[in-house]
Amino acid sequence: MRRIKINQALSYILLTVWSVIVLFPIWTLLINSFKPQKEIFKDPFGFPKNFTFDGYIAAWKTGRFDLYFTNSLIVTVLSLTLILLVGSMAAYALAKWKSPAANFLYVFFIAGLMIPIRLGTIDLVRLIKALNLQDTIWSLIPVYVAMGMPIATFVLTAFIKELPNEMFDAAKVDGASEWQVYSRIVLPLMRPALATVAIFNMIKIWNDFWFPLVFIRAEEARTVALGVSLLFGQYRTDWTRALAVLSLAAVPMLILYILLAREFIKGLTAGAVKG
Amino acid sequence: MSQTISSAKRNGGLLSNENRRKITWVLFLLPALIIYLTFMAGPLFDSLRLSLYTGEGYNPTKFVGFQNYIDLFTNPLWREKFFGAVRHTFIFFGIHMIVQNSLGLLFANLLSFDFKGRNFFRTIIFTPATLSVLVTGFLWTLILNPNWGAVNKILIAVGLREWALPWLGRENLALPIISLTSVWQWVGMPTVMFLAGLTGISDELLEAARIDGATEWDIFWRIKFPLLKPVIGIVAILTFVDNFNAFDVIYAMAGAKGEPSYSTDLLATLFYRTGIAGEHPVGIPNMGMGAAIATITFLILMSGVLFWLYMSRRNSEEA
Repeated sequence: MRRIKINQALSYILLTVWSVIVLFPIWTLLINSFKPQKEIFKDPFGFPKNFTFDGYIAAWKTGRFDLYFTNSLIVTVLSLTLILLVGSMAAYALAKWKSPAANFLYVFFIAGLMIPIRLGTIDLVRLIKALNLQDTIWSLIPVYVAMGMPIATFVLTAFIKELPNEMFDAAKVDGASEWQVYSRIVLPLMRPALATVAIFNMIKIWNDFWFPLVFIRAEEARTVALGVSLLFGQYRTDWTRALAVLSLAAVPMLILYILLAREFIKGLTAGAVKG
Repeated sequence: MSQTISSAKRNGGLLSNENRRKITWVLFLLPALIIYLTFMAGPLFDSLRLSLYTGEGYNPTKFVGFQNYIDLFTNPLWREKFFGAVRHTFIFFGIHMIVQNSLGLLFANLLSFDFKGRNFFRTIIFTPATLSVLVTGFLWTLILNPNWGAVNKILIAVGLREWALPWLGRENLALPIISLTSVWQWVGMPTVMFLAGLTGISDELLEAARIDGATEWDIFWRIKFPLLKPVIGIVAILTFVDNFNAFDVIYAMAGAKGEPSYSTDLLATLFYRTGIAGEHPVGIPNMGMGAAIATITFLILMSGVLFWLYMSRRNSEEA
């Protein structure tokens, strides 16, 4: 019994130490973003004494964060909607169409889990230019939808395959078309799996920096990630502003994570952990 | 039964029932397929083709065969940076493989016991994975700042002034430090995956071993670890794929040139400078060469994935 107690104490200590290592940087980021520069350097770990919103005001005024947020929001919401719609339709066919073609396409789609889309960037840059989409947020959406297909087909096909066959047969006997079965039966049942896919892609898309960096220069089309990188460069020596910018970028996802921790963890590990 | 009914119902069209069903399925697949082909699979394969061309800017139109590859491997202008990037990428991946996944295994094992607060700890360990890589990188550059950063302030406060180093300014330190920052961010992933694997191990088995007097150490190495092998394989391949393409954390902490003096330059930063941004001071991308770097990254990734598939198939046949 004593051994178990020691083990338990040790595991508490280890986990607590790591928790401090995780939380401490995030905590100092948030509290210092409300301090004037001098106080950050003098007293980096205490609560703010000379409370200030200067950093946030600067980020909003010179940085146009409202615009970046709107852009990121539009891109994320539209991409997610398309991923879920297009991906679930494909998954339904991949799960229910018994044919060599479907098997081949399934492998073809999930192969994308192992091959990062970024390796095709050279060609994507040329394609986006040819479509005249560079410097707009519309350049990002088709790329993100394509990027979401492997995980969507992987998770959703597996989910549909687990659904009992009798359900589909019964619907067919009643004369329902495939489209009706998909939209009235499969889609509503699939909600938990759709949530997993949505969260996985939401984090990837909201946090993506590579494609905005490659496709976008114009201020009107900047996303949060791109805005953060440019502003952080400008504010490198003004820590109040730099920290405010980083906080603005981090806080939305952090709040969502605190509210939906279980779903987030499930979503982000969807490629590897079943169920 | 159901088939005869539905075919009877739908009889009379121009198409046979079979063909009609086929068309329905194709229509379901078509939107996904078009987007996936146009914006992912197509560009990936076309990049392989482009690696055989050269030309300034956005139009690599001159066919040069394998000249880009020959340059990368032999031309002193390219060779040093290219092999440096390959080496750094392997180091970056290796640190994740060893440090991140060992920590993940440790945390998962601790969290697999039933105790108060385990969900709380799991939530905290996973938190940084929801941050943008860019934000993590920038945040840690501030924390590691040699003059004002928290790390050096703490070291000086506890009397370790000689340990207060310019962490990101030294060639031999920058890459391991940046890799560890990334480990800080991603350790939650293997933790959760291993935890899922550990919860799948039957409690009776572990209880029986405990009754037989086995220590937790023995139980871990003799029972849990062998049973976790498939999960370890998955974690390993995901670590490989994710980190072989890392860019954001280097860009945030060391810039696109992998400062100091290219000591943190990875394949992805080299790819970016060469094929997309264009090397300073010219600023014109060499897309053919960029495509060649992407192709080599692709080939390394593919050999890793195929090796993993081969190993996991062999292991499951043995079992």
